[in-house]
Amino acid sequence: MNVISLSTFDLSMAALLILALAGLSILLKLGLANRISIAAIRTVVQLLLIGLVLKELFAQVSLVWVSLLSLLMLLIAGREVMARQQRRFGGLWGYGLGTFSMFISSFTLTVYALIVVIGTDPWYTPQYAIPLLGMMLGNTMTGVSLALDKLTTHAWQQRNEIEARLILGQDWKTAIGDITRDSVRIGMMPMINAMAAAGIVSLPGMMTGQILSGTEPMEAVKYQILIMFLITAGTGFSTMLATWIGARHLFDDRQRLRLDRLS
Amino acid sequence: MAILRLENFSVLTLKPLNLEVKEEFICLSGASGAGKSLFLRAIADLIVHQGEANLDEQKCSEINPAQWRKWVGFLSAESAWWTDKVGEHFSKENNQYLRQLNLPEECMSWDVSRCSTGEKQRLAIARLLEQQPKVLLLDEPTASLDPTSVMAVESLIKNYVNKFDAPVIWVSHDQLQIKRLADRKFKIINNEINEVEA
Repeated sequence: MNVISLSTFDLSMAALLILALAGLSILLKLGLANRISIAAIRTVVQLLLIGLVLKELFAQVSLVWVSLLSLLMLLIAGREVMARQQRRFGGLWGYGLGTFSMFISSFTLTVYALIVVIGTDPWYTPQYAIPLLGMMLGNTMTGVSLALDKLTTHAWQQRNEIEARLILGQDWKTAIGDITRDSVRIGMMPMINAMAAAGIVSLPGMMTGQILSGTEPMEAVKYQILIMFLITAGTGFSTMLATWIGARHLFDDRQRLRLDRLS
Repeated sequence: MAILRLENFSVLTLKPLNLEVKEEFICLSGASGAGKSLFLRAIADLIVHQGEANLDEQKCSEINPAQWRKWVGFLSAESAWWTDKVGEHFSKENNQYLRQLNLPEECMSWDVSRCSTGEKQRLAIARLLEQQPKVLLLDEPTASLDPTSVMAVESLIKNYVNKFDAPVIWVSHDQLQIKRLADRKFKIINNEINEVEA
Protein backbone atom coordinates (compact mmCIF):
# COMPACT_ATOMS: atom_id res chain seq x y z
CA MET A 1 0.00 0.00 0.00
CA ASN A 2 1.18 3.49 -0.73
CA VAL A 3 1.13 6.34 1.72
CA ILE A 4 -0.65 9.44 0.51
CA SER A 5 1.95 12.14 1.02
CA LEU A 6 0.68 15.26 2.77
CA SER A 7 1.43 18.55 1.07
CA THR A 8 1.96 21.89 2.77
CA PHE A 9 -1.50 22.83 1.57
CA ASP A 10 -2.99 19.77 3.30
CA LEU A 11 -1.41 20.76 6.60
CA SER A 12 -2.53 24.36 6.21
CA MET A 13 -6.10 23.12 5.97
CA ALA A 14 -5.58 21.46 9.37
CA ALA A 15 -3.94 24.60 10.73
CA LEU A 16 -7.11 26.53 9.81
CA LEU A 17 -8.90 24.55 12.50
CA ILE A 18 -6.39 25.71 15.12
CA LEU A 19 -6.84 29.30 13.94
CA ALA A 20 -10.60 28.89 14.25
CA LEU A 21 -10.16 27.55 17.75
CA ALA A 22 -7.93 30.46 18.71
CA GLY A 23 -10.48 32.89 17.25
CA LEU A 24 -13.25 31.30 19.24
CA SER A 25 -11.11 31.51 22.36
CA ILE A 26 -10.71 35.27 21.86
CA LEU A 27 -14.45 35.60 21.31
CA LEU A 28 -15.24 33.69 24.50
CA LYS A 29 -12.50 35.49 26.46
CA LEU A 30 -10.91 32.19 27.44
CA GLY A 31 -7.47 33.79 27.41
CA LEU A 32 -6.13 30.76 25.58
CA ALA A 33 -5.52 32.19 22.13
CA ASN A 34 -1.87 32.97 22.77
CA ARG A 35 -1.20 29.65 24.37
CA ILE A 36 -2.91 27.71 21.60
CA SER A 37 -0.96 29.57 18.93
CA ILE A 38 2.38 29.18 20.66
CA ALA A 39 1.78 25.50 21.36
CA ALA A 40 0.77 24.90 17.76
CA ILE A 41 3.86 26.69 16.46
CA ARG A 42 6.01 24.70 18.88
CA THR A 43 4.49 21.48 17.58
CA VAL A 44 5.33 22.39 14.01
CA VAL A 45 8.87 23.53 14.74
CA GLN A 46 9.73 20.72 17.15
CA LEU A 47 8.33 18.00 14.96
CA LEU A 48 9.96 19.34 11.80
CA LEU A 49 13.27 19.47 13.64
CA ILE A 50 12.97 15.94 14.98
CA GLY A 51 11.91 14.84 11.50
CA LEU A 52 15.13 16.23 10.09
CA VAL A 53 17.17 14.70 12.91
CA LEU A 54 15.55 11.30 12.43
CA LYS A 55 16.10 11.45 8.69
CA GLU A 56 19.82 12.00 9.24
CA LEU A 57 19.95 9.45 12.02
CA PHE A 58 18.26 6.72 10.01
CA ALA A 59 20.67 7.32 7.15
CA GLN A 60 23.68 6.44 9.30
CA VAL A 61 23.16 3.73 11.90
CA SER A 62 25.53 4.91 14.63
CA LEU A 63 25.46 3.96 18.28
CA VAL A 64 27.03 7.28 19.27
CA TRP A 65 24.32 9.37 17.63
CA VAL A 66 21.52 7.19 18.90
CA SER A 67 22.94 7.44 22.42
CA LEU A 68 23.31 11.19 22.19
CA LEU A 69 19.75 11.71 21.04
CA SER A 70 18.48 9.30 23.72
CA LEU A 71 20.37 11.20 26.37
CA LEU A 72 18.94 14.49 25.16
CA MET A 73 15.43 13.04 25.25
CA LEU A 74 16.02 11.79 28.79
CA LEU A 75 17.28 15.15 30.02
CA ILE A 76 14.30 16.98 28.55
CA ALA A 77 11.90 14.44 30.06
CA GLY A 78 13.65 14.91 33.41
CA ARG A 79 13.15 18.64 33.21
CA GLU A 80 9.49 18.11 32.42
CA VAL A 81 9.02 15.82 35.44
CA MET A 82 10.58 18.47 37.66
CA ALA A 83 8.45 21.26 36.23
CA ARG A 84 5.24 19.32 36.85
CA GLN A 85 5.77 19.06 40.59
CA GLN A 86 4.36 21.66 42.90
CA ARG A 87 6.66 20.85 45.79
CA ARG A 88 9.84 19.24 44.64
CA PHE A 89 13.08 18.29 46.30
CA GLY A 90 15.60 21.10 46.49
CA GLY A 91 18.89 21.16 44.65
CA LEU A 92 20.10 18.32 42.47
CA TRP A 93 17.51 15.96 43.90
CA GLY A 94 14.68 17.86 42.27
CA TYR A 95 16.03 17.11 38.84
CA GLY A 96 17.95 13.94 39.51
CA LEU A 97 15.28 11.80 41.15
CA GLY A 98 12.85 11.66 38.24
CA THR A 99 15.58 11.57 35.62
CA PHE A 100 17.43 8.73 37.32
CA SER A 101 14.30 6.59 37.73
CA MET A 102 13.26 7.16 34.14
CA PHE A 103 16.76 6.35 32.95
CA ILE A 104 16.91 3.06 34.82
CA SER A 105 13.56 1.77 33.72
CA SER A 106 13.06 3.27 30.23
CA PHE A 107 16.53 2.52 28.96
CA THR A 108 16.64 -1.01 30.35
CA LEU A 109 13.23 -1.89 28.95
CA THR A 110 13.91 -0.32 25.56
CA VAL A 111 17.15 -2.25 25.21
CA TYR A 112 15.34 -5.39 26.36
CA ALA A 113 12.62 -4.87 23.75
CA LEU A 114 15.15 -4.21 21.01
CA ILE A 115 17.35 -7.20 21.74
CA VAL A 116 15.02 -9.83 23.17
CA VAL A 117 11.61 -9.03 21.72
CA ILE A 118 12.03 -7.38 18.33
CA GLY A 119 15.56 -8.55 17.65
CA THR A 120 16.72 -5.70 15.42
CA ASP A 121 20.17 -5.85 13.87
CA PRO A 122 22.13 -4.00 15.10
CA TRP A 123 20.09 -3.66 18.27
CA TYR A 124 20.37 0.13 18.24
CA THR A 125 18.82 0.51 14.76
CA PRO A 126 17.47 4.05 15.17
CA GLN A 127 14.24 3.43 13.26
CA TYR A 128 13.19 1.17 16.13
CA ALA A 129 15.23 2.45 19.06
CA ILE A 130 14.26 6.13 18.96
CA PRO A 131 10.46 5.81 18.57
CA LEU A 132 10.38 3.07 21.21
CA LEU A 133 12.37 5.10 23.69
CA GLY A 134 10.32 8.17 22.87
CA MET A 135 7.04 6.50 23.66
CA MET A 136 8.56 4.95 26.74
CA LEU A 137 9.89 8.24 28.08
CA GLY A 138 6.73 10.14 27.23
CA ASN A 139 4.54 7.86 29.29
CA THR A 140 7.05 7.21 32.05
CA MET A 141 7.37 10.95 32.45
CA THR A 142 3.65 11.26 33.14
CA GLY A 143 3.70 8.44 35.66
CA VAL A 144 6.76 9.62 37.55
CA SER A 145 5.66 13.23 37.73
CA LEU A 146 2.16 12.32 38.92
CA ALA A 147 3.55 10.01 41.58
CA LEU A 148 6.23 12.36 42.87
CA ASP A 149 3.84 15.28 42.93
CA LYS A 150 1.39 13.24 44.98
CA LEU A 151 4.16 12.02 47.28
CA THR A 152 5.57 15.42 48.13
CA THR A 153 2.31 17.35 48.39
CA HIS A 154 0.73 14.70 50.59
CA ALA A 155 3.76 14.36 52.79
CA TRP A 156 3.56 18.12 53.24
CA GLN A 157 -0.16 18.16 53.99
CA GLN A 158 -0.03 15.14 56.27
CA ARG A 159 3.16 15.98 58.12
CA ASN A 160 1.38 15.91 61.49
CA GLU A 161 -0.02 12.45 60.80
CA ILE A 162 3.36 11.15 59.66
CA GLU A 163 5.06 12.56 62.73
CA ALA A 164 2.36 11.16 65.01
CA ARG A 165 3.13 7.73 63.61
CA LEU A 166 6.87 8.21 64.09
CA ILE A 167 6.23 9.30 67.66
CA LEU A 168 4.36 6.08 68.33
CA GLY A 169 7.40 4.13 67.22
CA GLN A 170 6.60 3.31 63.61
CA ASP A 171 9.52 3.28 61.19
CA TRP A 172 9.60 5.68 58.23
CA LYS A 173 8.32 3.09 55.77
CA THR A 174 5.18 2.45 57.78
CA ALA A 175 4.69 6.08 58.70
CA ILE A 176 4.58 7.18 55.06
CA GLY A 177 3.33 3.84 53.71
CA ASP A 178 -0.20 4.95 52.82
CA ILE A 179 1.13 7.93 50.94
CA THR A 180 3.72 5.98 48.95
CA ARG A 181 1.16 3.35 47.96
CA ASP A 182 -1.30 6.03 46.85
CA SER A 183 1.43 7.79 44.88
CA VAL A 184 2.43 4.68 42.97
CA ARG A 185 -1.21 3.93 42.26
CA ILE A 186 -1.83 7.43 40.92
CA GLY A 187 1.28 7.21 38.76
CA MET A 188 0.26 3.90 37.21
CA MET A 189 -3.43 4.63 36.75
CA PRO A 190 -3.23 6.34 33.34
CA MET A 191 -1.45 3.37 31.78
CA ILE A 192 -3.71 0.77 33.36
CA ASN A 193 -6.73 2.71 32.17
CA ALA A 194 -5.24 3.06 28.71
CA MET A 195 -4.69 -0.72 28.52
CA ALA A 196 -8.23 -1.39 29.66
CA ALA A 197 -9.76 1.01 27.16
CA ALA A 198 -7.47 0.20 24.23
CA GLY A 199 -9.35 -0.80 21.11
CA ILE A 200 -12.79 -0.28 22.60
CA VAL A 201 -12.87 3.35 23.51
CA SER A 202 -9.82 4.52 21.64
CA LEU A 203 -7.55 3.35 18.89
CA PRO A 204 -4.08 3.96 20.29
CA GLY A 205 -2.11 6.61 18.45
CA MET A 206 0.82 4.49 17.44
CA MET A 207 -1.37 1.80 15.89
CA THR A 208 -3.47 4.39 14.12
CA GLY A 209 -0.31 5.92 12.70
CA GLN A 210 0.96 2.61 11.43
CA ILE A 211 -2.37 1.77 9.83
CA LEU A 212 -2.56 5.19 8.21
CA SER A 213 0.87 4.66 6.75
CA GLY A 214 -0.17 1.36 5.23
CA THR A 215 0.80 -1.32 7.71
CA GLU A 216 -1.44 -4.36 7.78
CA PRO A 217 -3.82 -3.95 10.79
CA MET A 218 -2.85 -7.19 12.56
CA GLU A 219 0.84 -6.19 12.38
CA ALA A 220 0.00 -2.79 13.81
CA VAL A 221 -2.04 -4.41 16.57
CA LYS A 222 0.82 -6.68 17.55
CA TYR A 223 3.18 -3.73 17.78
CA GLN A 224 0.64 -1.82 19.79
CA ILE A 225 0.33 -4.68 22.28
CA LEU A 226 4.09 -4.81 22.63
CA ILE A 227 4.24 -1.06 23.18
CA MET A 228 1.40 -1.11 25.72
CA PHE A 229 3.13 -3.79 27.77
CA LEU A 230 6.49 -2.09 27.58
CA ILE A 231 5.11 1.29 28.50
CA THR A 232 3.05 -0.03 31.38
CA ALA A 233 5.99 -1.98 32.78
CA GLY A 234 8.33 0.95 32.26
CA THR A 235 5.97 3.41 33.88
CA GLY A 236 5.31 1.03 36.76
CA PHE A 237 8.94 0.30 37.54
CA SER A 238 10.14 3.88 37.31
CA THR A 239 7.16 5.14 39.31
CA MET A 240 7.89 2.66 42.08
CA LEU A 241 11.59 3.45 42.02
CA ALA A 242 11.11 7.21 42.08
CA THR A 243 8.47 7.04 44.79
CA TRP A 244 10.53 4.76 46.98
CA ILE A 245 13.73 6.79 46.69
CA GLY A 246 11.74 9.99 47.11
CA ALA A 247 9.97 8.70 50.22
CA ARG A 248 13.29 7.61 51.71
CA HIS A 249 14.78 11.02 51.02
CA LEU A 250 11.94 12.68 52.92
CA PHE A 251 13.53 11.17 56.03
CA ASP A 252 17.10 11.43 57.26
CA ASP A 253 19.29 8.75 58.84
CA ARG A 254 17.51 9.26 62.19
CA GLN A 255 14.17 8.79 60.43
CA ARG A 256 13.07 12.36 61.00
CA LEU A 257 10.62 13.81 58.52
CA ARG A 258 12.70 16.37 56.62
CA LEU A 259 10.26 18.57 54.74
CA ASP A 260 13.01 21.19 54.61
CA ARG A 261 14.43 19.10 51.79
CA LEU A 262 11.51 20.20 49.63
CA SER A 263 11.84 23.54 47.94
CA MET B 1 13.77 3.63 87.22
CA ALA B 2 14.64 5.67 84.17
CA ILE B 3 16.95 8.66 84.02
CA LEU B 4 16.89 11.10 81.15
CA ARG B 5 20.14 13.00 80.79
CA LEU B 6 20.77 15.80 78.32
CA GLU B 7 24.35 16.80 77.53
CA ASN B 8 25.06 20.10 75.81
CA PHE B 9 21.66 19.66 74.29
CA SER B 10 20.54 22.43 71.97
CA VAL B 11 18.13 22.95 69.13
CA LEU B 12 17.99 25.85 66.69
CA THR B 13 18.37 29.03 68.72
CA LEU B 14 17.98 27.45 72.18
CA LYS B 15 21.21 27.60 74.15
CA PRO B 16 22.93 24.32 75.09
CA LEU B 17 21.60 22.71 78.22
CA ASN B 18 22.77 20.06 80.64
CA LEU B 19 19.93 18.47 82.52
CA GLU B 20 19.23 15.28 84.42
CA VAL B 21 15.63 14.27 84.97
CA LYS B 22 14.95 11.41 87.36
CA GLU B 23 11.63 10.13 88.56
CA GLU B 24 10.16 13.60 88.90
CA PHE B 25 7.80 16.15 87.42
CA ILE B 26 9.49 18.95 85.57
CA CYS B 27 7.23 21.75 84.44
CA LEU B 28 8.40 23.88 81.57
CA SER B 29 6.89 27.25 80.75
CA GLY B 30 7.70 30.23 78.61
CA ALA B 31 6.04 32.60 76.19
CA SER B 32 4.57 31.07 73.06
CA GLY B 33 7.22 30.81 70.42
CA ALA B 34 9.92 30.54 73.06
CA GLY B 35 10.80 27.01 71.93
CA LYS B 36 9.08 24.71 74.41
CA SER B 37 7.62 22.37 71.77
CA LEU B 38 10.85 22.57 69.82
CA PHE B 39 12.75 21.38 72.87
CA LEU B 40 10.46 18.40 73.46
CA ARG B 41 10.44 17.47 69.78
CA ALA B 42 14.22 17.50 69.77
CA ILE B 43 14.39 15.16 72.75
CA ALA B 44 12.05 12.80 70.88
CA ASP B 45 14.59 13.06 68.01
CA LEU B 46 11.97 14.39 65.61
CA ILE B 47 14.08 17.35 64.59
CA VAL B 48 17.77 17.97 64.09
CA HIS B 49 19.56 19.00 67.26
CA GLN B 50 23.01 19.22 68.78
CA GLY B 51 24.35 17.48 71.83
CA GLU B 52 23.25 14.13 73.16
CA ALA B 53 20.24 12.76 75.00
CA ASN B 54 20.73 9.65 77.12
CA LEU B 55 18.18 7.34 78.60
CA ASP B 56 19.60 5.06 81.27
CA GLU B 57 23.08 5.65 79.86
CA GLN B 58 22.04 4.66 76.35
CA LYS B 59 22.73 7.32 73.77
CA CYS B 60 19.92 8.46 71.53
CA SER B 61 22.25 8.57 68.54
CA GLU B 62 23.13 4.92 68.97
CA ILE B 63 19.61 3.55 69.28
CA ASN B 64 17.19 2.77 66.50
CA PRO B 65 15.09 5.94 66.19
CA ALA B 66 11.75 4.10 66.27
CA GLN B 67 12.80 2.38 69.50
CA TRP B 68 13.96 5.68 71.01
CA ARG B 69 10.63 7.33 70.25
CA LYS B 70 8.76 4.46 71.87
CA TRP B 71 10.82 4.95 75.02
CA VAL B 72 10.51 8.70 75.00
CA GLY B 73 6.77 9.23 74.85
CA PHE B 74 6.08 12.61 73.29
CA LEU B 75 2.56 14.02 73.31
CA SER B 76 2.14 16.84 70.82
CA ALA B 77 -0.10 19.78 71.63
CA GLU B 78 -2.43 18.82 68.83
CA SER B 79 -3.16 15.15 68.26
CA ALA B 80 -2.99 13.71 64.76
CA TRP B 81 -4.96 10.76 63.38
CA TRP B 82 -4.28 8.97 60.12
CA THR B 83 -7.26 6.66 59.62
CA ASP B 84 -11.02 6.98 60.18
CA LYS B 85 -11.65 4.85 63.24
CA VAL B 86 -10.24 5.57 66.68
CA GLY B 87 -9.47 1.92 67.37
CA GLU B 88 -7.19 1.61 64.34
CA HIS B 89 -4.70 3.89 66.05
CA PHE B 90 -4.28 1.58 69.02
CA SER B 91 -2.18 -1.56 69.05
CA LYS B 92 -4.21 -3.38 71.70
CA GLU B 93 -7.96 -3.86 71.87
CA ASN B 94 -8.35 -3.03 75.53
CA ASN B 95 -6.82 0.14 76.71
CA GLN B 96 -6.56 0.24 80.48
CA TYR B 97 -6.36 4.02 80.60
CA LEU B 98 -9.68 4.84 78.94
CA ARG B 99 -11.79 4.60 82.08
CA GLN B 100 -9.50 6.82 84.12
CA LEU B 101 -9.80 9.39 81.34
CA ASN B 102 -13.63 9.23 81.49
CA LEU B 103 -13.83 7.60 78.08
CA PRO B 104 -16.25 4.71 77.46
CA GLU B 105 -14.85 1.45 76.12
CA GLU B 106 -16.86 1.72 72.91
CA CYS B 107 -14.90 4.83 71.96
CA MET B 108 -12.65 2.46 70.00
CA SER B 109 -15.36 2.22 67.35
CA TRP B 110 -15.85 5.98 67.11
CA ASP B 111 -15.07 7.98 63.99
CA VAL B 112 -12.13 10.25 64.64
CA SER B 113 -13.82 13.05 62.70
CA ARG B 114 -16.72 13.06 65.15
CA CYS B 115 -14.62 13.36 68.28
CA SER B 116 -14.28 16.70 70.00
CA THR B 117 -10.85 18.26 70.50
CA GLY B 118 -10.94 17.29 74.17
CA GLU B 119 -11.88 13.70 73.40
CA LYS B 120 -9.10 13.45 70.84
CA GLN B 121 -6.63 14.84 73.35
CA ARG B 122 -7.59 12.24 75.97
CA LEU B 123 -7.54 9.47 73.38
CA ALA B 124 -4.07 10.61 72.35
CA ILE B 125 -2.91 10.30 75.95
CA ALA B 126 -4.34 6.78 76.18
CA ARG B 127 -2.69 5.92 72.87
CA LEU B 128 0.66 7.18 74.09
CA LEU B 129 0.60 5.44 77.46
CA GLU B 130 -0.31 2.16 75.80
CA GLN B 131 3.26 2.08 74.46
CA GLN B 132 4.55 2.19 78.04
CA PRO B 133 7.09 4.94 77.44
CA LYS B 134 9.92 5.23 79.97
CA VAL B 135 9.83 9.02 79.83
CA LEU B 136 6.90 11.35 79.24
CA LEU B 137 7.26 14.56 77.28
CA LEU B 138 3.89 16.26 77.39
CA ASP B 139 3.24 19.40 75.40
CA GLU B 140 0.31 21.19 77.05
CA PRO B 141 -1.60 17.94 77.58
CA THR B 142 -4.57 19.58 79.25
CA ALA B 143 -4.86 22.82 77.27
CA SER B 144 -8.07 21.81 75.51
CA LEU B 145 -9.74 20.01 78.42
CA ASP B 146 -12.53 20.89 80.86
CA PRO B 147 -11.64 21.06 84.59
CA THR B 148 -12.85 17.51 85.34
CA SER B 149 -10.77 16.07 82.56
CA VAL B 150 -7.76 18.15 83.60
CA MET B 151 -7.90 16.53 87.03
CA ALA B 152 -8.37 13.09 85.49
CA VAL B 153 -5.31 13.53 83.29
CA GLU B 154 -3.21 14.89 86.12
CA SER B 155 -3.97 12.01 88.42
CA LEU B 156 -3.54 9.45 85.65
CA ILE B 157 -0.10 10.79 84.79
CA LYS B 158 0.83 10.89 88.48
CA ASN B 159 -0.19 7.22 88.85
CA TYR B 160 1.76 6.31 85.76
CA VAL B 161 4.86 8.06 87.04
CA ASN B 162 4.63 6.36 90.40
CA LYS B 163 4.10 2.96 88.83
CA PHE B 164 6.89 3.12 86.25
CA ASP B 165 9.23 5.64 87.90
CA ALA B 166 9.11 7.71 84.77
CA PRO B 167 10.62 11.19 84.40
CA VAL B 168 8.14 13.75 83.11
CA ILE B 169 8.62 17.04 81.32
CA TRP B 170 5.28 18.80 81.23
CA VAL B 171 4.79 22.01 79.29
CA SER B 172 2.15 24.23 80.84
CA HIS B 173 1.04 27.85 80.94
CA ASP B 174 -1.21 27.30 83.92
CA GLN B 175 0.52 28.58 87.06
CA LEU B 176 -1.87 26.72 89.37
CA GLN B 177 -1.25 23.50 87.51
CA ILE B 178 2.49 24.02 87.72
CA LYS B 179 2.14 24.60 91.45
CA ARG B 180 0.10 21.39 91.81
CA LEU B 181 2.45 19.18 89.83
CA ALA B 182 6.00 20.45 89.62
CA ASP B 183 8.88 18.99 91.56
CA ARG B 184 11.09 21.37 89.62
CA LYS B 185 10.16 24.33 87.42
CA PHE B 186 11.96 25.54 84.32
CA LYS B 187 11.33 28.55 82.18
CA ILE B 188 12.55 29.54 78.75
CA ILE B 189 13.59 33.18 78.61
CA ASN B 190 15.71 34.64 75.82
CA ASN B 191 16.52 31.26 74.31
CA GLU B 192 17.75 29.94 77.60
CA ILE B 193 16.19 27.19 79.67
CA ASN B 194 16.68 27.95 83.36
CA GLU B 195 15.48 26.44 86.57
CA VAL B 196 13.16 28.69 88.52
CA GLU B 197 13.32 28.55 92.32
CA ALA B 198 10.10 27.58 94.02
